[in-house]
Amino acid sequence: MDNLSSISYFIPELFLSAAILVLLIIDLLLKKEQKIWTGILSAAALIISVFFIFRQYQLPVTDIFYGMLVADSMAVLIKLIAAISSTVIILFSLPYVQEKSEYYILILIATLGMFLMAAVNDILMIIISMELVGLMSYVLTGFTKRNPKSDEASLKYILYAATSTGVMAFGFSYLYGMTGQTNLIKIQQALMTNPPNQAAFFIAIVLILAGLGYKISMVPFHFWLPDVYEGAPTPITAFLSVGPKAAGLAVMIRFLITVVAHPMGASVNAFTQNLQIHIPMLIAVLAVATMTFGNTVALRQTNIKRLMAYSSIAHAGYMIMAMVVFNAQGFHAILFYLVIYMIMNFGAFWVIISMTDKLGSDEISAFKGLGYRSPYAAVSLAIFLFSLTGLPPLAGFIGKVYLFASVIKGGWYILAVLGVLNSVISLYYYANVVRVMFLETAPVQEAVPTTFYDKLMVTLLLAPTLLFGVYWSPVLKLTSISFNIFH
Amino acid sequence: MNTLMPYLIIGAIVFTLGIFTIIYKKNAVGILMGVELVLNSVNINFIAFAKFVDKGINGQVVAIFIIILAAAEAAIALAIILNIYRTKATVDVTELNEMKN
Repeated sequence: MDNLSSISYFIPELFLSAAILVLLIIDLLLKKEQKIWTGILSAAALIISVFFIFRQYQLPVTDIFYGMLVADSMAVLIKLIAAISSTVIILFSLPYVQEKSEYYILILIATLGMFLMAAVNDILMIIISMELVGLMSYVLTGFTKRNPKSDEASLKYILYAATSTGVMAFGFSYLYGMTGQTNLIKIQQALMTNPPNQAAFFIAIVLILAGLGYKISMVPFHFWLPDVYEGAPTPITAFLSVGPKAAGLAVMIRFLITVVAHPMGASVNAFTQNLQIHIPMLIAVLAVATMTFGNTVALRQTNIKRLMAYSSIAHAGYMIMAMVVFNAQGFHAILFYLVIYMIMNFGAFWVIISMTDKLGSDEISAFKGLGYRSPYAAVSLAIFLFSLTGLPPLAGFIGKVYLFASVIKGGWYILAVLGVLNSVISLYYYANVVRVMFLETAPVQEAVPTTFYDKLMVTLLLAPTLLFGVYWSPVLKLTSISFNIFH
Repeated sequence: MNTLMPYLIIGAIVFTLGIFTIIYKKNAVGILMGVELVLNSVNINFIAFAKFVDKGINGQVVAIFIIILAAAEAAIALAIILNIYRTKATVDVTELNEMKN
């Protein structure tokens, strides 16, 4: 579709771009004590863009901007996750970031990048949109200037990220050389009509998986994550653990189902490999390595942010696990889990942000006796952590049921068993935080003051965590219409 | 040089040199130079393939965008390195070890 008629499919992105430019100017005109309005207006802009995204659900699947992007319902779902998660992050940050308001604009630009990542259909767009998200993330990670941890985190982040982008782009250059195309769909057609040299193709795929795996913290490429998560300001840690990861998964799913495999006939339900080497086996091994590493290293963490970092590696492993089945059910389970994961992870992070700020430390030992000093926060943190473990009747349980069901239906029994064993390991370190909060006595007994705002936000995230554990069909419906990429 | 191979070999050599620079350099600016080498090897590949395989301009457009990305990345990385130099008076990445498990 040509550029002019594509614009009607591009309204959320255009609106967000316009909002960014307007907010940059508004920010200049505000006085120092009014700067918080930039944050409030950014949240409002994101909420309006959520409405524009909802209106895209009715649109048919179309290639827009001459095949650079694609408008389909998976893109809509990932955009929705990105916009909502950024809104929550801005609401997280409002009490803490009030003067340096460019923070909010950087988050908006990163969200725009995630919108593009959700809809990429071309090698060029994959590289550009991942960099757009990345560049903003580096700046946000180092946002608390003069804090040595934050500086170190952002330097490590940019050096690892730049390397992985370079490696991924090198893989893409070979893919381009084998097919002469940059559009993913055209690459697929070229690969099917004119099969490439298998060894070269495999090298290209591995190089690209390194770049994409970096983005979603797959195991051999995870080493940046714990340091970045610990050093970054806590709201940014929460931001990095959901939005960019969801967008990275979307790019990876799109890449796998176009370049690595192609749909059998016209059906979406099964895919045939373009490659003789068994890519699902490779992904299965990486998934097991990812979750086992995340869970076992998390066992001996004493810092709560680092614990959440390893927990997010483990959760990436669960989601990669469902990719091995290469059918609509597996990808659908991933999208469903992403929605659930966003809610419970943000809930846990909200309590951690508000409590570490008041306790003045992000060590787990600082949470001693929190169950008596601030019962509401402690009980809700316990619920979010149990939901992350996957205990019934919470939302995390349902998410994991769908992940494991898709893996078992695909016949990967050992993989499912290893996944369940990993969930059991994760119970230990999540329950340890709960034990510290309720069973250990605090050195000081006075209550931790919680604001009404904190309580309201925690309740807003707690309600869906409890509700989706028993009544999840709305989310299921939302995600099931999201996997009709080929209609 | 009217065949594809010499360009690919040069691209692969530059890529390998870049990766080795990234692995062995301790100076943050040196690592950044390694990243530039990697990105430029990507450009060599894309332009060579555009001339010999695609016979169009897709690859050249990608190369131009990668040049821009490399510039943006270098700008941000140098700003971060400068910031670290102000607080710690070093750009040696092995001395940045505030966080350990």
